[in-house]
Amino acid sequence: MKKLWKGNEAVAEAAIAAGCRFFFGYPITPQNEIPEYLSWRMPEVNGTFIQAESEVSAINMVYGAGAAGGRVMTSSSSPGISLKTEGISYCAGAEIPCVIVNISRAGPGLGGIQPAQGDYFQAVKGGGHGDYKCLVYAPSSVQEFVDLTAKAFDKADEYRSPVMMISDGLLGQMMEPAEIPPMVDLNKLPKKDWATCGNDQYRQRIIESIHISPDDLEAHNHHLFKKYAAMQKNEVMVEEYKCDDAEVILVAYGSVARITKAAVDELRAQKIKAGLVRPITLYPYPTACLEKLAKQKSVKRFITVELSMGQMVEDVRLAVNGVKPVDFYGRAGGIVMVPSEIVDFVKGGKK
Amino acid sequence: MKKVFGKSRLQNEVPLHYCPGCTHGIVHRLIGEVLEEMNADKNVVGVFPVGCSVFGYNYYNADGVQAAHGRAPAVATGVKRVAPKSLVFTYQGDGDLASIGMAETVHAATRGENITIVFINNGIYGMTGGQMAPTTMLGDKASTCPMGRDPKTHGHPIKVSEMLATLTGPAYIERTACDTVAGVLKTKKALKKAFEYQQAELGFSMIEILATCPTGFHMRPSDAQKDMKRAMDFYPVGVYKDIKGGK
Ligand SMILES: Cc1ncc(C[n+]2csc(CCOP(=O)(O)OP(=O)(O)O)c2C)c(N)n1
Ligand code: SF4
Repeated sequence: MKKLWKGNEAVAEAAIAAGCRFFFGYPITPQNEIPEYLSWRMPEVNGTFIQAESEVSAINMVYGAGAAGGRVMTSSSSPGISLKTEGISYCAGAEIPCVIVNISRAGPGLGGIQPAQGDYFQAVKGGGHGDYKCLVYAPSSVQEFVDLTAKAFDKADEYRSPVMMISDGLLGQMMEPAEIPPMVDLNKLPKKDWATCGNDQYRQRIIESIHISPDDLEAHNHHLFKKYAAMQKNEVMVEEYKCDDAEVILVAYGSVARITKAAVDELRAQKIKAGLVRPITLYPYPTACLEKLAKQKSVKRFITVELSMGQMVEDVRLAVNGVKPVDFYGRAGGIVMVPSEIVDFVKGGKK
Repeated sequence: MKKVFGKSRLQNEVPLHYCPGCTHGIVHRLIGEVLEEMNADKNVVGVFPVGCSVFGYNYYNADGVQAAHGRAPAVATGVKRVAPKSLVFTYQGDGDLASIGMAETVHAATRGENITIVFINNGIYGMTGGQMAPTTMLGDKASTCPMGRDPKTHGHPIKVSEMLATLTGPAYIERTACDTVAGVLKTKKALKKAFEYQQAELGFSMIEILATCPTGFHMRPSDAQKDMKRAMDFYPVGVYKDIKGGK
């Protein structure tokens, strides 16, 4: 049944429905509704909620709980995610399934609390140290946030990898009708015979990310990148909107994609053939979709629209690879553009 | 021939990588013996952060988790919440516990987290080559205080057991020293009590063990052993907190 849900609370309840029973977080705006909701909801389902002493501790509690086989999540916002990045790197290296939610805000530094997409590089290019990737989902509606939450836990287990969901206060604070999926049967969750939870037999299961021998570490790097190759093959999610005959392709993700979609409709009403590509996974990136459109006869140009000084545009340029021009329109500092700004940019911006 | 002495069944038959005269090896053995005596050795998860003992889990026939520098109490918290019936311990050096990981340590203690911390206080950073630790005593030389620790520039050493004993959360905190056979036996008793408290779900326990690092201090093992008397003057051994009131 559909109910009116605030984005952050919907994600929290969707995590419970997906079988998440361990949550570790630290207060930061604009994600506070997630820990607040789970602080009373977890005890109802015999789960664990801890307000950790810092984001650093929170992600390391996630690491421990994930190592012991729990379905585990943490959430934060940009500065807190920066603090978590060492831990995320350890989770990737030690192959700990976990879900990390970033309700991001404007930076750098303390920045502001308004919506922004300045954490794109941090989310998709690593963020922490070393060669690793996270599967990154970028929902653009509360319902999609809910659906991707369920998927995030399953994919984290399937790939034994951290999975990140990135959004902003726009979606986190907004109320929309959404349906939470039914509770999963905890007994049907994947068995984890590698988990370091102690048990009634002598065995030595080890969770580690240390490989002192360069040969071992290189082999481990290859092992991780085989997983990332499989993600690239199987996990790309992208929405194409009115691209079939489009002359100008707008590329936008998350909450900005909603605004950009409105701009596409307005442009179409003005007889300008615009289309939208909305990456739903930021890693793996929908490169093939953009490559295909770059070769499409009707397409004359691409414009990337972001709430940043221009980050995802680099991946659009890599995909388009010089075949067609790629322009950028962005607002920063927490200012959210309105559709008419995008329409004006398309009509007047560089050709 | 009758075997009269051996490793505990919890310890793997692999050579330890520690320097001659280092206390890590002794404490590893004590943990194995204690858990075997308690018949609790099947349900054990050890958390080992970076430091000389980072590979500690290789020496135990038990589940092991490697943790980032300073984060073992947080990692152990996560493990324990998922596996409350297992005995979960961390094994941390003084740089790890009292410098970069102080927040995790204090907060695990104040939450009364039902884990056991084995805290090796050797007064120096062993693994990275003998730098000053938060526990380095005044006047002692380390590679980042080559003229000796001076409170004017380096501040004062931290007494962790005393500090944590001010909290309501911990169930049991004791400082021991592996200076003599008697000290080793006392350490074993303290470790056993700590794990028994955890088994009885009484909450947080920490055993701070005064230890040697002959390599870091450029000493002969025998001299490092004798030098421990100085550490014991500054860091008195004893029970600092016991919710059962025992000594
Ligand atoms: C974030 C981070 N900073 C620094 C290091 C380097 N490092 C590894 S072990 C260590 C200190 C270990 O000293 P201690 O905890 O006293 O243990 P010991 O080696 O003496 O047993 C340091 C600084 C690291 N691995 N990670
Ligand atoms: S460097 Fe010090 S602490 Fe490390 S193994 Fe050698 S003696 Fe032990």
